[in-house]
Amino acid sequence: MAGVRAAAGAAQTGITMTNVEAVRTTLHDALVRDERVLIMGEDVGARGNVFLITKGFLEEFGPQRIIDTPLAEASIVGVAIGMAMEGLRPIAEIQFADFIYPAFNQIVGEAAKIRYRSNGDYTCPLVIRTPYGGGVRGALSHSVSIEALFYHVPGLTILAPSTPADIKGLLNAAIESPDPVLFLEHKKTYRSVKGEVPAGYYTIPIGKADVKKAGSDVTVVSFGYNLHQALDAANRLEGEDVSVEVIDLRSIRPMDKTTILQSVRKTRKLLIVHEDNKFGGVGAEIAAMVAEEALFDLDAPIRRLAGPDVPAMGYALPLEEEFMISTEEMVGAMRDLAKF
Amino acid sequence: MAKTTTAGTRDLDRAGLSDERLVAMLRNMLLQRQLDNRGFQLNRQGKIPFALGSEGHEAVQAGAAMAFERGRDVLVPYYRDLGLALGVGMSPFEILSSLFARQTDRSMGRQFPNHYTNHDLGVLSISSIIAGHCTHAVGVAAAFKYRGEGGRAVLCTTGEGATSQGEWHESVNYAAVHGLPIVFLVQNNEWAISTPQDLQMRVANVADKAPGYGLPGVVCDGFSPVATYAAMNDAFVRARGGGGPTIVEAKCYRFLSHSTDDDDRTYRSREEIEERRKMDPVPRFEQVLIEAGVIDEARRKQLRADVLRETNEATDAAEAQPYPPAESLYTNVVAGDYQPWQE
Ligand SMILES: Cc1ncc(C[n+]2csc(CCOP(=O)(O)OP(=O)(O)O)c2C)c(N)n1
Ligand SMILES: [Mg+2]
Repeated sequence: MAGVRAAAGAAQTGITMTNVEAVRTTLHDALVRDERVLIMGEDVGARGNVFLITKGFLEEFGPQRIIDTPLAEASIVGVAIGMAMEGLRPIAEIQFADFIYPAFNQIVGEAAKIRYRSNGDYTCPLVIRTPYGGGVRGALSHSVSIEALFYHVPGLTILAPSTPADIKGLLNAAIESPDPVLFLEHKKTYRSVKGEVPAGYYTIPIGKADVKKAGSDVTVVSFGYNLHQALDAANRLEGEDVSVEVIDLRSIRPMDKTTILQSVRKTRKLLIVHEDNKFGGVGAEIAAMVAEEALFDLDAPIRRLAGPDVPAMGYALPLEEEFMISTEEMVGAMRDLAKF
Repeated sequence: MAKTTTAGTRDLDRAGLSDERLVAMLRNMLLQRQLDNRGFQLNRQGKIPFALGSEGHEAVQAGAAMAFERGRDVLVPYYRDLGLALGVGMSPFEILSSLFARQTDRSMGRQFPNHYTNHDLGVLSISSIIAGHCTHAVGVAAAFKYRGEGGRAVLCTTGEGATSQGEWHESVNYAAVHGLPIVFLVQNNEWAISTPQDLQMRVANVADKAPGYGLPGVVCDGFSPVATYAAMNDAFVRARGGGGPTIVEAKCYRFLSHSTDDDDRTYRSREEIEERRKMDPVPRFEQVLIEAGVIDEARRKQLRADVLRETNEATDAAEAQPYPPAESLYTNVVAGDYQPWQE
């Protein structure tokens, strides 16, 4: 999509970089900073990851810390869990989110429950990074969004930042976190989104959304690639005198109630946009929370724009386009809500 | 098929295959090479977003397909099985329809290229999830056994990297315990994207794992279609006759990058590839058949011209097809109409 650019909000001083560079430099700094950090996954060594995120790491940090694992996701996550329980800070990579299913048991059945089942005797400070999302002709198995499959699970933290500055702050927070974090990176934003990243080490608190654009007529909550489209749509509507507030969710579990409610109480209209299908998606939880907490502050029914309820996007261009939400659809939904 | 050994030619280890079938294998290999090149070419021309080649696997797949009995056996392939797909009866037009993601593709443009499906031919639909299909292959074999359908077997293929997956181990073990009619063909091309074999396993051969499951394991020269046919035919005969599963490991090589999205210069040397190229199974098998007098130079040229023409025709025909309509995204979610909320 033309005109995607980083959202406002990054600090004024710093280096401009893409999302993929933000992941890369943050991982690199973590390896330098903390000997307990190691990276494991398929093709993270000599190849430097399929998106070249870890390129050069093997040479710099050695095969003890940059581990090309056997092709088996259950053990990538499972072994990382054991390392984490023993005091290391492993960052496990799942090459594409679509391939996380063989590790589902390890994530949901094991990692999420270790602190609870041992009553805090053991913890699991583990980060699982994975690229997700479509719009890149990835067809059925290189396009999925997985947040809704995991956000039902207490004990897991799920982060999905969408700008370079947020990626750095939240990836650092994930590595610091004493509990397992699923860190989602929208692959369509890897190289298309650029932004300024503050210098030096910093974290962004987990569980805090960010108002990426202030507005007064409609609140939009989104994340990932959609967030950037929503910002584009909101900017286009400026010309029509429709003022849209765009909230970047950033943290999917836990979720930021305060920021969403403050905004909704101001605009009295809510649109939720996510790429994953609608039924049982993240939008359902946001809508339910707003209905519980602020129903009488609303001037219009809550609206969700989400992927269609089909198992996957297809490979053929028309099938992918039909699945993905267009910026035009967002403009239309925002305009309708504003008029309501 | 009649055995038509030509008198007076050099001795050829033909594993009982007639001239006709030897030439059929060569033709399959030439067609694979041509279609592979076409995929990469179309990608470079910007006509298709993705292609993945099986260059270096031609002999394995031509040989294995020759041991497969159409109409009886079932193929549960993986994504690098162009030659098997052709060998069990899929057409270049089908392959190109999938590369172009056209309406004439069996999945109607849903699947990534190389993710075949053809129920009529006994080609099971697969996903991209490595080794996810192995359990299904075992299930098909279990169904054959359950219905008492002797004389049928399943061919389940993977790369060597896939044998690290739990699901591969679980599949082999299940099939072994139940003595099912299945052949596990592992196409060992030394690499799993950038990961070499020694980072997947400590054994020198995947087939060495077989005794741990109580199964026979066989290694064959995957650069020779005849050797692969011989090993696969033994395994198929055993499976069809109730003798249980076999793991056949065909040693081959991946000449190209993993796919058009990969760049192998980052992880393997040009020298290694050049070294393996000297063994290129396609010109090698042509030479073998010429030296044995099975074909002559004119026939070789003719075969090459035939597969080029076939590929050109299929390319034009597939490219001329329309994309699937956007509405087709919503069909076949479940049987009938599908709405998550019911009125
Ligand atoms: C569960 C899963 N994990 C990772 C991948 C990504 N991936 C695709 S092919 C491949 C390497 C497979 O190697 P091998 O089994 O040796 O087959 P080859 O491609 O060499 O023929 C990987 C890691 C995947 N498709 N599925
Ligand atoms: Mg391989």
